[in-house]
Amino acid sequence: MTADISLTPPDPKDFLDTDSLFDEEERLLRDTVRDFVRKEILPNIADWWEQGVFPVELAKTMGDMGLLGMHLEGYGCAGTSGTAYGLACLELEAGDSGIRSFVSVQGSLAMFPIWKFGSEEQKQEWLPRMAAGEVIGCFGLTEPDSGSDPASMRTHARRDGSDWIINGSKMWITNGNLAQVAIIWARTDEGINGFIVPTDTPGFEAHEIKHKASLRASVTSELSLDDVRVPDAYRLPGVSSMRGPLSCLNEARYGIAWGVVGAARACFEAALDYSLERQQFGKPIGSFQLTQRKLVEMMIAVNRGMLVAHHLGRRKDAGTLTPHQISFGKMDNTRNALEVARTARGILGGNGITLEYPVFRHMANLETVYTYEGTNEIHTLIMGQALTGIEAFS
Amino acid sequence: MQVVVCVKQIPDPSGTYTLDPETHFLVRPDEQVLDDTDRYGVEMGLQIAQAHGGSVTLVSMGPKGSMQGIRQALAMGADRAVVVDDADLKGSDALTTAQVLAAAIQRTGFDLVITGTESTDGYSGVVPQMLAELLDVPALTYATEVEARDGKVTINRQTSAGYDVVEASLPAVVSVTAGVVEPRYPTFKGIMDAKKKEVEELTASDLGVDTSLRQRVTAVEPAPEREAGVKIEDDGEAHLKVVELLQQKKVI
Ligand SMILES: Cc1cc2nc3c(=O)[nH]c(=O)nc-3n(C[C@H](O)[C@H](O)[C@H](O)COP(=O)(O)OP(=O)(O)OC[C@H]3O[C@@H](n4cnc5c(N)ncnc54)[C@H](O)[C@@H]3O)c2cc1C
Ligand SMILES: Cc1cc2nc3c(=O)[nH]c(=O)nc-3n(C[C@H](O)[C@H](O)[C@H](O)COP(=O)(O)OP(=O)(O)OC[C@H]3O[C@@H](n4cnc5c(N)ncnc54)[C@H](O)[C@@H]3O)c2cc1C
Repeated sequence: MTADISLTPPDPKDFLDTDSLFDEEERLLRDTVRDFVRKEILPNIADWWEQGVFPVELAKTMGDMGLLGMHLEGYGCAGTSGTAYGLACLELEAGDSGIRSFVSVQGSLAMFPIWKFGSEEQKQEWLPRMAAGEVIGCFGLTEPDSGSDPASMRTHARRDGSDWIINGSKMWITNGNLAQVAIIWARTDEGINGFIVPTDTPGFEAHEIKHKASLRASVTSELSLDDVRVPDAYRLPGVSSMRGPLSCLNEARYGIAWGVVGAARACFEAALDYSLERQQFGKPIGSFQLTQRKLVEMMIAVNRGMLVAHHLGRRKDAGTLTPHQISFGKMDNTRNALEVARTARGILGGNGITLEYPVFRHMANLETVYTYEGTNEIHTLIMGQALTGIEAFS
Repeated sequence: MQVVVCVKQIPDPSGTYTLDPETHFLVRPDEQVLDDTDRYGVEMGLQIAQAHGGSVTLVSMGPKGSMQGIRQALAMGADRAVVVDDADLKGSDALTTAQVLAAAIQRTGFDLVITGTESTDGYSGVVPQMLAELLDVPALTYATEVEARDGKVTINRQTSAGYDVVEASLPAVVSVTAGVVEPRYPTFKGIMDAKKKEVEELTASDLGVDTSLRQRVTAVEPAPEREAGVKIEDDGEAHLKVVELLQQKKVI
């Protein structure tokens, strides 16, 4: 027998009551991050974005809270569930994709490879300071001529006695100019290896990429490595193949599937509020059928994205999540978030193109999110291969 | 040093409030948050306990609900909590509240009691002073800076002109202003540990407090709309009119 249908009207800002999917501890953690975003990020983000700066002074606060490498166990990391990590990404990205990117790179791309593939000494040396926000990391995989096809990388490392000499360049590296340590993936005689490279090593240079029209509150850099010499103790001993960088990307992409729901939520809420305040033709623009349709489509996209992210989160915590399912979440949630942002942009009319409202900023940011961590097309091909058994990348 | 911090759970101020039409009491949702002004007290308590060794116990009276607000304060690092929830206490005035809190604090034991200056929802701003009287210890109020050591507590007491330095021997009650210290965010480790921390739940009769109500809310009126200001065109004599207006308002 089924229970009666409840007649309680839905909360416009949580239509499906997705709040009820999370337990008390998860909600407390989420509310803590939301509070942090409300107090530290939202009052200043338009200025940071306009000036093209990342608020690096917040790294320490984020470290104190436990945001950095939060889903890793031990070595000063908080050791939360994957679901909690997802919720944190969502709330951060409801602030700004650049802020979430900082946390993704630090935790999933820089700390995770050390945690997963590093030696005990490497973990002891780096992870506690990175978790505390005292040391910032970056992740160098992409190169000027090697983006969607990272296995074609040219950066290489050769042995010289007990040292390694690394040469090459890396492109589009988040945190590049902020980092004290870089995880550099390079071709070696053994395959693909990861190196922990302190950024003050002679021969290592970072150049900030200017004139970005997206992800402006985030530092993006080009790295050049010219005869960079590091001891063998700086090589990650646990992996010598593309499995290394790809497993980091899985962690980060998983967080993005959550994060973009936050950006979409912020855009939807801004548009909903605006549609009820802004009057044209003698009534709120939210009273026109065309606007209501847009609001409903946005609301559905946000709630659906949340259900997908939540499902992936529970699977991650159960140990059953696959990379193909992460592709589902990253690809679908990101394209939907971008669609929501564009629709919201339109609803805000002229105000929609200013930084007084968060919408344009999110919309521009999501263009980066659409491309990095596997483009929309690459995730489509990953799922296409899973469906057909036929690889269509090349 | 045994520090007690009084904290109140309140409905999320960013949400909408509803009043019960019969009793005029606030309808309190199951999920309440830690009063923002109490974060300062918790932070102050944690800093003092950390500097001099000791523990921080939270004491709270009110409908416990899901205890989300209490967990927030525990997640910041407080050691344990005592929560007094009793339907008979509904509609308690400030004095009953102070009696309940004093009884709970006495039972716990204390060297220093920290409160906010006034809560965000009730804001009568008298509980701290009543508490000190009932505990028979000095009240040091409106602190913008607090130092506690060697059996003494010294505060900067905010005044309209600046501040007074006030000192008393412990035990004592100190009420802190917002901004006395920068409250930390709950840490994720703290959040995960919070559910393992001890929360003692008590009723009024456990504390032997008389719950008979001395106060009834007879009516609630919305605050009057702000009236439009007076515009004075300056024809060279405007300062006289300004002075006259200020005198009328008894400002000067
Ligand atoms: C702001 C920002 C920050 C970044 N941060 C980092 C970082 O921290 N570390 C890092 O290593 N990288 C980072 N990246 C790089 C990012 O991951 C790459 O930009 C991305 O992988 C795409 O590579 P590409 O730009 O070279 O584009 P390309 O690979 O050249 O792709 C161009 C277009 O061709 C399409 N395409 C390519 N191959 C195929 C195919 N087989 N079939 C169909 N279409 C295809 C793509 O989908 C895309 O639309 C960042 C990028 C940006 C913009
Ligand atoms: C069943 C029940 C229902 C209640 N409903 C309401 C209600 O609808 N509205 C309401 O305002 N109060 C309610 N209370 C709580 C209580 O009646 C008030 O806290 C009390 O009147 C204090 O007034 P105030 O908030 O103005 O204190 P203030 O003097 O403004 O508070 C100053 C400081 O004293 C401390 N303090 C004050 N009250 C408490 C408390 N309860 N627990 C711990 N520390 C405290 C805090 O540190 C605070 O910063 C309820 C209590 C119960 C048991």
